[in-house]
Amino acid sequence: MADFLFNVWSKIQSEFYIMHTSTFPVLSALLFFPLIASAVLFFVRGEKNIRIFTLVVGFIQVALALPLLSFDLTYAGFQFVELRSWVPAWNMQYYLGVDGISILMVFLTVLLLPLCVLCSWSYIGTRVKEFHFCLLLMTTACVGIFVALDFVLFYIFWEAMLIPMYLLIAVWGGPDKRYASIKFFLYTLAGSTLFLAAIVAFFIHTGTFSIPDLMEGTYSFRFQFWAFIAMAIAFAIKVPMFPFHTWLPAAHVEAPTAGSVLLASILLKMGTYGFLRFCLPLTPSASEYFAPLMIAISIVSIIYGGFVALGQNDMKKLIAYSSVAHMGFVTLGIFVFTVRGVEGALMQMINHGITTGALFMLVGAIYERSHSREISDNMGLGKYLPAYMAFFGLFALASFGFPGTNGFVSEALVLIGVFAANYWLGALAIPGVMLAAAYMLRLGLKLAWGQPTQAKTWSDLNKREWVYLTPLAVLVIYLGLGPGLALKTINPSIEKLLHDFEVRKEQVVAVEQTTETRHAEHKEQPPSFFTEQGERVLIFHSQQAQESPVKLIEAKGAQIDWPYLAGLEKKSGIMTRGELP
Amino acid sequence: MIFRPDLFIPELFQIGIIATLFVLAVGKPSWSRNLIWLPWVAVVGVIVSVFSLGAEGTIFYGAYSVDALSQFFKLVIAIGFAMAVYNAVSPSHVDEEKRADYFLFLATSAFGLMLLCSGVELITIYLALEISSYSLYALIPLRNRDKQQAAEAGIKYILFGAVVTAVAMYGLSFIMAAYHTTYIFELAHVSWSLDHYPMAVLGLTLFLCALFYKLALFPFHFWCPDVYQGASNETAAFVATLPKLGAVVVLIRFATLLEPGMHVTTILAVLAAASMTFGNLVALVQKDLKRLLAYSSVAHAGYVLLGIVAGTPEGLAAASFYSLVYLLMNLTCFWVICRMSTDGRNLVLDDLNGLYTRSPILAFILAVCAFALVGLPPTAGFMGKLFLLNSAWAQGYEWLVVVAVVNTAIAIYYYLNMVRHAYTMEPREEPLHISGPTMVWGGIFAASILLLGTVPGPVFRFAQTAGQFFMP
Repeated sequence: MADFLFNVWSKIQSEFYIMHTSTFPVLSALLFFPLIASAVLFFVRGEKNIRIFTLVVGFIQVALALPLLSFDLTYAGFQFVELRSWVPAWNMQYYLGVDGISILMVFLTVLLLPLCVLCSWSYIGTRVKEFHFCLLLMTTACVGIFVALDFVLFYIFWEAMLIPMYLLIAVWGGPDKRYASIKFFLYTLAGSTLFLAAIVAFFIHTGTFSIPDLMEGTYSFRFQFWAFIAMAIAFAIKVPMFPFHTWLPAAHVEAPTAGSVLLASILLKMGTYGFLRFCLPLTPSASEYFAPLMIAISIVSIIYGGFVALGQNDMKKLIAYSSVAHMGFVTLGIFVFTVRGVEGALMQMINHGITTGALFMLVGAIYERSHSREISDNMGLGKYLPAYMAFFGLFALASFGFPGTNGFVSEALVLIGVFAANYWLGALAIPGVMLAAAYMLRLGLKLAWGQPTQAKTWSDLNKREWVYLTPLAVLVIYLGLGPGLALKTINPSIEKLLHDFEVRKEQVVAVEQTTETRHAEHKEQPPSFFTEQGERVLIFHSQQAQESPVKLIEAKGAQIDWPYLAGLEKKSGIMTRGELP
Repeated sequence: MIFRPDLFIPELFQIGIIATLFVLAVGKPSWSRNLIWLPWVAVVGVIVSVFSLGAEGTIFYGAYSVDALSQFFKLVIAIGFAMAVYNAVSPSHVDEEKRADYFLFLATSAFGLMLLCSGVELITIYLALEISSYSLYALIPLRNRDKQQAAEAGIKYILFGAVVTAVAMYGLSFIMAAYHTTYIFELAHVSWSLDHYPMAVLGLTLFLCALFYKLALFPFHFWCPDVYQGASNETAAFVATLPKLGAVVVLIRFATLLEPGMHVTTILAVLAAASMTFGNLVALVQKDLKRLLAYSSVAHAGYVLLGIVAGTPEGLAAASFYSLVYLLMNLTCFWVICRMSTDGRNLVLDDLNGLYTRSPILAFILAVCAFALVGLPPTAGFMGKLFLLNSAWAQGYEWLVVVAVVNTAIAIYYYLNMVRHAYTMEPREEPLHISGPTMVWGGIFAASILLLGTVPGPVFRFAQTAGQFFMP
């Protein structure tokens, strides 16, 4: 018996060990598990079974993300890298990886799936199967956006996400859902069409879609200028920044609770993630050139979003406009190019995702009781729904950055970064913080003590609502009191990002290459091949070999199949072996 | 070598189908009643084409080249023919005694297109084009309702077709007069500069007009919406897809003559841009589904030209790949329309209302097609378009790429409109009864569109060998 137990234990240990090495494709599992589950969902019958099935899928998805906890906090590059050949004809690769910039967003995305299932438990009553199908597809697409390291792969997830989101709004939305859903789709798609042109331009310029490779290229200022515009429009619409924000309130108001949560927590972050992942590393000179404009727009977003939120009577609209303001802080933090600013921006992405997601869940919960989102229909909850108001108060405080909550950490960091960059700029952003307090307190006060109240007969939070709000509340307090671990996670990647940014913004190729030489360069790419493990190896000829004998893809945990390489060496007579750079 | 049967197997198989149908058509009326077996025979034809993918050689005194390009397109045409036949075989959109004749013409047209794939000599190309067109002239008026409209469509198609044929012949005479040859590989080595050989360039342009007519490229698209609308849904499905492949394959052959910066190439690029923009803008206001798809096909003709304008092996491969994708997504879209139009009438956008509740699987397939036609990932439409954009940008047609991507933003509205009607509007009619095999086949069509969008590598490799075809 003891032997048997020992065997089982060692087996579990070895399994666990495998989970912790790079041989277990964590990121692929996170991508494909919801996809496979969505196919299985077709065969599940009964509304309750569907909900339970998706909930279980969500929990397994969270468990699948646990190996990511072995993330190396000291390493700034990409980890958990997976690299396979995909479409060799166009040098497209199945290339996944996370670094400090993306890993927290992956965690947040994975965490939201079960919470979204729970908060839609009684809210969604029609077409239940299709709703959960869309949720699972959304999860795949959202995870994909944050882990994709190939430009085409990224774009596929970026666009594919639109379809389930469109359906979430168009099928399960409020009375004006058709208008809102079409507006959402048209806005975001129109923005990203030029982004596709930019991707094509980068490919023709360098011959690769691999984002880490592209980050090492140098581009002329003219190229950067246009590429930045094409990408920034796509990202600015997604964020959304001031002149492009009109789709957001419409979409938020009409979307079902889970749709609003996903919109607020993940979709908006895709835009700012795009700025961090693409604009800063790929087009550094243009980013610096456009920074004053971006900062101006950010400040306008902060102030404008705050003022408009102040005047709203619809709770969802209020929170939607507050999102415009909060996301303004993110873009502001990014474009001052200081470590604190970018750290704050990234933390604000996470924190806004947590608090605003939670606020939308709370609005959804009260909507189920009052069937109205108007503030005037939901007043005076403090006496009758104390637990609800406690949660609401906590998230509202976090939303305007009250000390001790996560919102404080990120907004303080952004402001420190902004003040470090420019004193006057910081002074301009301060009214935004005060506005946030004004509109959130106005909302909170009316909800808690406003009169007349209709809440006498309403029940307080039930167990299910407790379950989905508690994790977010814990995160609010944890990130508010002990943000150290999160900061340590993101810090190396951000320092590398800014270091590269400072170095590379000077390396502008003065003369635009002609089409012909570009084409020739594309042809003269060093030959590369894939090992059986899927790593790409670039082979350099022996003359160049003295400097860098073999350039392997810079990936932590990438394994080299030495016998295979040796065989290749014999066959081709080309020097392939060498040290990792 | 004059003739080698082993290079001619897919065509021979097609001739077999034609002969069988001919016997049925002239035999007793009862013979042609049950044609359920025909799609399966067409599927065998697809398998035959797969096996002859590797064939290479020339026959008929070098006028007929069997190479990777022709075999790839013959396979695509065989697939399209099988889908079109399967689509048309079950409902009675033609009178019963004419059914064998209907499929006879369909098969003959497909046969002509197969010949077109291999034609490397202008007269051969011309003859093949006519074989495929003449059968269509007879096909379009064959409809058992709205006969007047169908006849009108038929006459329009014949009239415009005849004029364009004459123009092509006229152009051919100029080319022959200038260079005394009709073999494309000989024409590839001569100058096509407008300044030095205006006669030859004029001839080439006129000859290309015939192909543009087949492709329904702006400004040769005017027949397209009326013919689609007048013809039965099943015929429109065929006319909208397969003849365009024939035009694309000949254009790919001609692309060896074209170089970036040439006048003809510039004209092609401008036509591509105009075709995309015009097609998409006009499609925005269409209510009739077939007219909508007609204008969308005008836009898609423009997209395909991106690859031909680039003229590189990658570009031609991208154009070949996109033709396959275009065939799949359009035929599948028509397939949904045919299943919905149980009485053979023309559908308008409002007929899609509530398709989701009437038949979830059809709604899903329609959504996949619509998103593929827009070019949204993860469908094949996106991959095809990406390859085209890559190849065009690599040749310095940046402006064309920008026009193409901006067009996506225009096009999304009317394609999304189809999805919107299907998913968010209340149904006006009873649920549709879709049989099991129909659902399975529809699922296969949709799955292949998604599969080509996520794993395009293997198929694109075939297209690549097709793009690097060897000119003797």
